[in-house]
Amino acid sequence: MAIPENKYFFIDPHRCIGCQSCVQACSECDTHKGKSMIHLETVDRLQSPQTLPVICMHCDSPTCAEVCPADAIKRTEDGVVQSARKPRCIACNNCVLACPFGVPKMETSMDLMMKCDMCYDRTSIGKKPMCATVCPSGALHYGTLSEIEELRPRSRTNNEFRFGGQTIRTKVQMMVPRQSPATHLDVADGMFESPADEADDAMLSGAVFELPTVQ
Amino acid sequence: MAQLPRDPLEIREQFGPHLAFSSGSRLDRGVEPDALVKTHCCFCGQQCGIQLKVKDNEVIGFEPWMEFPFNRGMLCPKGVKRYLQGSHPDRLLRAQLRDPAAEGGFRGIDYQDAIGRVAKQLGQLQAKYGNDSIGMLSGASLTTEKTYLMGKFARVCLKTPFIDYNGRLCMVSAGAGNKKAFGIDRAANPWSDIVGSEVVWISGANVAECAPITTSYVWQAREQGAKIIVVDPRITPVARTCDLFLPIKPGRDVALFNGVLKLMIEHDWLDHDFIENHTVGFEALAESVQQWTPARTAEVTGIAERLIRQAAEWWGTASTSFLMHARGIEHHSHGVQNVLGAINIVLASGRIGREHCGYATITGQANGQGGREHGQKCDQLPGGRDLADPAHRAHVAKVWDVDPDELPPPGVDAYELFRKIDRGEIRGLISLCFNPLVSLPDSGFVARMLDKLDFYVAIDFFLNETARHADIVLPGSLQEEDEGTVTQIEGRVIKINQAVDPPGEARQDWRIIQDIAAALGRPHGFTFNHSREIFDELRRASQGGVADYSGMTWEKIERQFGVCWPCPSEDHPGTPRLFEPGTPNPIAGDAGPFYFPDGKARFNLAEYTPPTEEVDAEYPVILTTGRVVSQFLSGTQTRRIGPLVDQYPEPRVEIHPRLAAQLGIQDGQWTTISSRRGELTLRAMVVKTIRPDTVFIPYHWAGKQSANRLTIAAQDPISKIPEYKVCAVRLRKAASPPANASDETSHGHPGK
Ligand code: SF4
Ligand code: SF4
Repeated sequence: MAIPENKYFFIDPHRCIGCQSCVQACSECDTHKGKSMIHLETVDRLQSPQTLPVICMHCDSPTCAEVCPADAIKRTEDGVVQSARKPRCIACNNCVLACPFGVPKMETSMDLMMKCDMCYDRTSIGKKPMCATVCPSGALHYGTLSEIEELRPRSRTNNEFRFGGQTIRTKVQMMVPRQSPATHLDVADGMFESPADEADDAMLSGAVFELPTVQ
Repeated sequence: MAQLPRDPLEIREQFGPHLAFSSGSRLDRGVEPDALVKTHCCFCGQQCGIQLKVKDNEVIGFEPWMEFPFNRGMLCPKGVKRYLQGSHPDRLLRAQLRDPAAEGGFRGIDYQDAIGRVAKQLGQLQAKYGNDSIGMLSGASLTTEKTYLMGKFARVCLKTPFIDYNGRLCMVSAGAGNKKAFGIDRAANPWSDIVGSEVVWISGANVAECAPITTSYVWQAREQGAKIIVVDPRITPVARTCDLFLPIKPGRDVALFNGVLKLMIEHDWLDHDFIENHTVGFEALAESVQQWTPARTAEVTGIAERLIRQAAEWWGTASTSFLMHARGIEHHSHGVQNVLGAINIVLASGRIGREHCGYATITGQANGQGGREHGQKCDQLPGGRDLADPAHRAHVAKVWDVDPDELPPPGVDAYELFRKIDRGEIRGLISLCFNPLVSLPDSGFVARMLDKLDFYVAIDFFLNETARHADIVLPGSLQEEDEGTVTQIEGRVIKINQAVDPPGEARQDWRIIQDIAAALGRPHGFTFNHSREIFDELRRASQGGVADYSGMTWEKIERQFGVCWPCPSEDHPGTPRLFEPGTPNPIAGDAGPFYFPDGKARFNLAEYTPPTEEVDAEYPVILTTGRVVSQFLSGTQTRRIGPLVDQYPEPRVEIHPRLAAQLGIQDGQWTTISSRRGELTLRAMVVKTIRPDTVFIPYHWAGKQSANRLTIAAQDPISKIPEYKVCAVRLRKAASPPANASDETSHGHPGK
């Protein structure tokens, strides 16, 4: 069995409500019971409740596999990058360090790299991945391209990412606002904090309030 | 004698909360389950469809149920991990007798012995102090069959007027407001109406955390062009990316609705035909809102005037819309007024009773809807009938085969019941599915009242904090151990299926109630052999009422993925959308779609009054309370589920950085919050997502972590809902962590 060719995984962080249903459900998956392979990032809780689910992007040319000295990481014919194979993995951490999305996890208790395999046991028999099934916001979605186009007219899909000189194409599609231009961020852009602009602060610009005087 | 038998720490050592994690066959790979049972989540009012994986009479996990239309496989983390409440080390497998000499303060006794003792105590108290000396507390997480039986048991077996339920803390403001305006108390629309509406207005509802699945409906509405307006003192996860966010000061919602209505009138954003033909009372209301100029509305609500004008314009000029609210506007000493204010702007727009024109309160508990319809509420009989109405009494008395004059008069609300304990009027208490020591406001008072009782019997599957005060605890059943129905958020009656048998000597709750009736020598009406028989009697009892279930069968409910009431005959498909021409209406008949004799909806004056306790120099900060996604209500179940506790282990107090800076408090620091009623020391969570004049604490925890040590026992005069959403507090940096800082946090089981 294989994943049908027309099925894709879509991530829309804009929709994410940080409920961690994906994280909790991932640990119920049969192939890695008790361990969740999803990273749910809280971007900056001081500023906003924005969270961001990170699953394996299933790259066409997976960096993790390319840097693996033991040839332990396989990409299936239908485009899924698997967890490291137990007999081969030497727990060297190369993949953990090299993945541009920060996906592989080192399970030190087992000396084994484990990562999201898009619920291969489910998707290869026609089911949806666990996280994309339970996600109550649609931030994680599994289906066909035409389905997502119909469901999400405000967004378009993107599966090409640049990291420095490296361009990566992925099986997983990131939903971005339809009109948004392709941007290329410089690492330095993220290094300095710009002073928060009150006009952009929904709470301070919208609330009329008095602070108590504290003795 | 209902005082704690031992030190709380010793009780906890024995009875928990301890944390359960997956182990054994729940962790093994490739286990072939014996059965996949299609049922629903045991927690919130959305009642997600789920399949429970059963192996050797144990629920070992779940599999999504893709076909159930409301959630199509979606679940929140509580639904995903709910199976861990089964086979739990804290589970009560035997009846427990209070015994200060026993380890943990209780000693296991034979079930029949326990039932005999309960009947003897209740009988003696009633003989000495009268039937009215026994009170009952019930809950809205029970199946409708159980809630029906609880109401019947109070009125027919104990003959006491004093039963009420924990929906008193949840649905009563919305219920009272809906009945005043529409004559019926139910979400007016199916959730599918949200998608396709032009404006979605969400007031006082943290949809993402308290009704997570609703998020997908809201986002889908937006994909199709809807504008989302969120009114909340906090930037909740849904507010984060909504189109218009109104950061309201807690306790001012009715002022906002009145201000919006004034702008609608001023700009003639009204549906005159609808107002003329289908409503009464508009002129008086229009007059009363004239005082709510945008400037005054802004001043009272604490929302910038331009945002109020923008909201009014979007709402006023839309051609379809969906307004929803929840406890954020309802948990107030003027909660009913807030609800009426919301309904007024819906009625003035004429956008109700049509596709994509909706209004709903979001029910909280699993059976928040069904649990408020069939008679466990102090003034109510099955079918949404009225205990004070002679015709209603006659109908139900006939079904129950008793003399209508023998039915007691209406009783009092759950909080008043505790005041009756204080006055010595109630001497004995039976509780099921209610943990008032954690969930009622001013919990210090509640604890003192429990201590005062002559006799207290609790029915529960875990020894919750209130049950620790009991003389006898009877081992009840989990949701997956019984069969029955609940009515979810849309008014859809759905089927709960049994997955496993109760373990040990635990029994299905309705059987326990019947056992007590038998032991009291009053078995008449309490000899059901199966919960289906209770449902069939309930159908007859509800027949002809507003909440008419008479045309439903369990088979039909399963076949149709639920049946929305009213459903007056077996060939009737049910009523997903209210207020459409031709929908069943026993009050108005053909006169019109609303549930009054003239078929017209009522505009009601919605008056603003400030919260009972305003801030002042001594207590200068507003406290508001609410929930987090990984915990549920008083936490009896969810504080015992390891992965959910790990997700958000203990309550934190949310403070805006401006306020935090004034107080010299930094993120993560221990902070003491005090009100006129009590004091808590929690870690601070400094976030820009809350109003600078307000702090927030989630309420799921007990003892030294319980937000309800601070809250005020002020109640709405109509609905009697407590004012959980506003009281006055002061904060200071704590000198040191609280003594035994982690005592109240759940711990791993000693055996693990
Ligand atoms: S389940 Fe969906 S909404 Fe919840 S945290 Fe995961 S991605 Fe976000
Ligand atoms: S708690 Fe509510 S949203 Fe979560 S799974 Fe249960 S029913 Fe669904």
